[in-house]
Amino acid sequence: MYFQPTTLDQAVQDAQTERVRILAGGTDFYPMQGDRLPDVPILDVTRVDGMAGVTRTTDGWRIGGATCWSDLIRADLPPAFDGLKAAAKEVGSVQIQNAGTVAGNLCNASPAADSVPPLLTLDAQVELTSTSGKRLMPLADFLLGVRKTALRQGEILTAVHVPDVRAGHSAFRKLGSRKYLVISIAMVAVLIEVQSGKICKARVAVGACSPVAQRLPALESDLCGQGKVAGLVTPDHLSTLTPIDDVRGSASYRLEVLAPMIEQAITGCLEQP
Amino acid sequence: MKDAATPEGIAFTLNNQPVQSTLEPGERLSATLRESLGARDVKIGCNAGDCGACTVLVDGAPVCACLMSTAQAAGRHVETLGGLVKGDENTKALAAAFQNHGAAQCGICTPGMMVAATAYLRNKNSTVEDALGGVLCRCTGYRKILDAVAEAARGGAAPLPVSGKTGQSIRRLDGLAKVEGRESFGDDVATPDTPVIRVIRSPFARARFEFGDLEGFKTHTEGVLTVLSAADITGRNCFGVIPPFADQPVFAVAETRFRGEAVAAVVGTPELMARFDPEDFPVTWQELPAVMDCATAMANDAPQLHSGRSGNVMTGGFVQCGDADAALAQAAHSVSGAFSTGFVEHAYIEPEAGFATVKDGRVEIYGCTQAPVMDLDSLEEILGVGRSRIRIKPTAVGGGFGSKLDISMQPYLALAALKTNGPVRLAYSRAESMQSTTKRHPADIELTIGADENGRLQGFRFDGLFNTGAYASWGPTVANRVPVHASGPYRIADFRAEAKGIHTHCPPSGAFRGFGVPQAAIAQEVLFDELAAKLDMDPLAFRELNALENGTPTVCGQVFEQGVGIKACFKALREPWAKATADAAAFNAKGGPIRRGVGIAAGWYGCGNTSLPNPSTIKSGVRRDGKILLHQGAMDIGQGANTVISQIFAQALGVDVKHLHLIGADTDLTPDAGKTSASRQTFVSGNAARLSGLALRAEILRRCNVDSASAVIEPSDGALIVRDGSARHEVSLSGLQSDAEGYVLRAEETYDPPTKPLDKDGQGVPYAQFGYAAHLAVVDVDTRFGTVHPVRFVAAHDVGHAVNPMLVEGQVHGGIAQGLGMALMEEYIPGRTENLHDYLIPTIGDIPPIETLIIEEPDAHGPYGAKGLGEHVLIPTAPALINAINRATGVQLRQVPVTPSRLKAALKEARHD
Repeated sequence: MYFQPTTLDQAVQDAQTERVRILAGGTDFYPMQGDRLPDVPILDVTRVDGMAGVTRTTDGWRIGGATCWSDLIRADLPPAFDGLKAAAKEVGSVQIQNAGTVAGNLCNASPAADSVPPLLTLDAQVELTSTSGKRLMPLADFLLGVRKTALRQGEILTAVHVPDVRAGHSAFRKLGSRKYLVISIAMVAVLIEVQSGKICKARVAVGACSPVAQRLPALESDLCGQGKVAGLVTPDHLSTLTPIDDVRGSASYRLEVLAPMIEQAITGCLEQP
Repeated sequence: MKDAATPEGIAFTLNNQPVQSTLEPGERLSATLRESLGARDVKIGCNAGDCGACTVLVDGAPVCACLMSTAQAAGRHVETLGGLVKGDENTKALAAAFQNHGAAQCGICTPGMMVAATAYLRNKNSTVEDALGGVLCRCTGYRKILDAVAEAARGGAAPLPVSGKTGQSIRRLDGLAKVEGRESFGDDVATPDTPVIRVIRSPFARARFEFGDLEGFKTHTEGVLTVLSAADITGRNCFGVIPPFADQPVFAVAETRFRGEAVAAVVGTPELMARFDPEDFPVTWQELPAVMDCATAMANDAPQLHSGRSGNVMTGGFVQCGDADAALAQAAHSVSGAFSTGFVEHAYIEPEAGFATVKDGRVEIYGCTQAPVMDLDSLEEILGVGRSRIRIKPTAVGGGFGSKLDISMQPYLALAALKTNGPVRLAYSRAESMQSTTKRHPADIELTIGADENGRLQGFRFDGLFNTGAYASWGPTVANRVPVHASGPYRIADFRAEAKGIHTHCPPSGAFRGFGVPQAAIAQEVLFDELAAKLDMDPLAFRELNALENGTPTVCGQVFEQGVGIKACFKALREPWAKATADAAAFNAKGGPIRRGVGIAAGWYGCGNTSLPNPSTIKSGVRRDGKILLHQGAMDIGQGANTVISQIFAQALGVDVKHLHLIGADTDLTPDAGKTSASRQTFVSGNAARLSGLALRAEILRRCNVDSASAVIEPSDGALIVRDGSARHEVSLSGLQSDAEGYVLRAEETYDPPTKPLDKDGQGVPYAQFGYAAHLAVVDVDTRFGTVHPVRFVAAHDVGHAVNPMLVEGQVHGGIAQGLGMALMEEYIPGRTENLHDYLIPTIGDIPPIETLIIEEPDAHGPYGAKGLGEHVLIPTAPALINAINRATGVQLRQVPVTPSRLKAALKEARHD
């Protein structure tokens, strides 16, 4: 079975089909499929009205779940979204950015999902829709672990909501072993507000260093009031992270590179007008 | 649009034509395009978005067709290379530019690359690198592709000539089909209704297994046509590229020796096989303890992989001259190191694929291969039928680099075709390709090198263990080659080198560009830098002082009186070295976390088999209508043999290369030109082509009583015109009797390089010629992250005579890209990196500019002085990079790949962070 609904009402009906899998950009769906044809019912959400595109809401921004990275990069958004856009530009390749979607990246729940750290700094919420209606949930609560989310049977991640953010600067740093098509060894997203040359508000999130990307609240509070960041990031700030040893790098390496990555990202923001 | 259920048929526009297709639910666009709509110009390299070969435009945006559900294409416009190259001016410009620069080598990535480049040229709203970063190329090193796209962006340039003498760059003779997407690779032959083979493979490195009810499985699974296992092998269930070491079963019996080893195969309808899950096959596994590295495999209680190979030692190689230990004991200075390298995967973008059918009682196998006649030899044994009943018809090869020398899919195709008495097809998945085909040997090397007070080498002792995996493959060749080459191109009077191949429960290690020499060169060239530092000598001056020259013996006691070109390579690097070193010092003087370093390293490589016969035969003929045909059986796997062999032949015959008609490799039609390996095709098959051309020329000139070296031959209708200065002679062909093949004149010639056996100390004449190389690498190391950013390369290569300089540069670039991958990122781990996103090869953003310095120190044995090149190109790269990192940071590295994590750890140890 292959559902390709055009209305959300129909989509949530289709989503109740037993064993159904939701397909959007296919960039995670097909690789996990191996070389075989899918043997489960498929719900293709790419033609659902309102699932794609970035829109202004009364109190922020709505990113449709089926918005692909390229559309996000092209969207007219304030500088607070620069980090998210920078992350989008580092997703795989142009081919992947033209297909892969924001909701797909979140539902796939990889520890190295590129969009998660910047979305965490934006205090993003996910909109989950089912036949019983919509519910909103902070992204940090939605992601439960490696390949685990709070998505219930029959639910579709229909949008990501970002509340209004005051003027601020954001940045994203991804560390990999090659230039393109690379899975992060570690990544960092920051969103800061500056007053009179000093940081007055900071949000910092780290990905690929724990089962789910994390904000670093202790560091965020220590950053406030600072005008320079060199040497500010201490091991204590990173103590909530639990990186692993894998083929991409050792756990200790991941911890070691975070401080300079964070400092680089923040310095980049501080240097902006 | 439907709200539910399966779209039974969808309509979209394909290359400006309306098309309709019925779909399986969730069918990939790549499958629809290739199998339902005939768009075989869309190539599948990974089915996971990792390689980009299947890139198509959907409403103008590049996407991977393998990641797109065809249903999503409904109502949209899909464009592929085959359509774009006919109608899009950007693509047409790219087609010309790609040919001008040799930007398509094997051609398998070319459709994806050109489609992505077309999208770039349409709006130029990103960098070229960003636009092409999603397409992997394993042959070119990307720089020629960047050059070609830049040329197309400028509006084109004067075309490279299509014909010319040796020494001139001409377009590839087979290039047009590649840039138009018409080249037919291994999976492009079968029609869509052809039954499909799927191989059942071991999920464990070592396992005992038992089949369940195979007969019941076959009878009760709709769509299964037959099942194959060891019981179906009509000949010998054993193969191997080196007959005395043949040890690999087509299907394992009772126990498997590596993860991915075949135990059975299912042949079924395309409909069934598109859904078939190997988990449904009736086999039970019992995992057994496995040995995965040399040390474990050599332990006393280790399981033994093969009887008669005690201690899991497959074989060894040994070379000794003088007294290494005594010389080292008295050396003024010495350095030692223990080095290790990992498995390297060939990662050609075309997984193994082919088609077979039975025709007039003969089995015909179409597929990608580097060695059609060796395939024939193996199948003769496996099938147990006369070789006249087997035909190997190679397709285009989407990259080989050594691994397609061994048979892979061929026996399954042949057995299935014969058992079902009909056509069958088989394309390996990326995971299957990575699990089951050969790899570069991991090496553990211990090396000590000494020097006297003046910097002259004094004593060299090398001990290497090479993890040869579960089966022999080309392991014996590696064991033999390494000791012969371990000295590098240097004069060492007191030398001892031993290499052993050790069996483990890993995939078979086999041939990979350099046969173990790149691993040995890392140890030797890195220690050379450390020795030069101890001597307080400039690394280049130290190498020049010790370099081989005409008249000095190699470590095998071989003395070349001519053609030793390593000093010329070093000399060519003097100026770039001085300049780059000064630039780096100025850069580093500014301080900061990024440190720049310059490294050099050298290499040499003997062309052809080591002390073994290695003939090539090339046939040519003239038909009564004046047509000149060249039976060119030397496999072109992207390196350019079709063009180079033709240029050499045309030069010898005295015709313009444009008059030649090529008959490509086919065991029914072309005599054995040997395998495409060991950098032997330009040298060995080139010589056979030269001899064939000369013989045909002599026959033609005799018929018009011309005896002139400068006479030029031209075909004409029913005649050959011979022009000698102002004189014009006509050799009429119409009265001549044609032979069974339709030739009125013909010449078939063989060349076998003169070598002599090695004695117990490895003394003798292993090769008729060596080629020489030296690379300079500039890198920036970010000490905060342990990342290495190559800045540029200068590569000096002695090729004797550059038959086609454009193709020479293509080889150099591609070799450097592979050497860079080996040095910085590539490490195959069975069970863990069996795809192209965990196993990383360089992308277009990872290869810096490369300057190629072509050195021509002619070789007396080479055709017009030419030497082999294919493997030389990556031997110096990895050590040059490591030496550059060392000079940037002062850290001693002993393991590749130098991943950021490893380099950071080394920096930390050196208290450099």
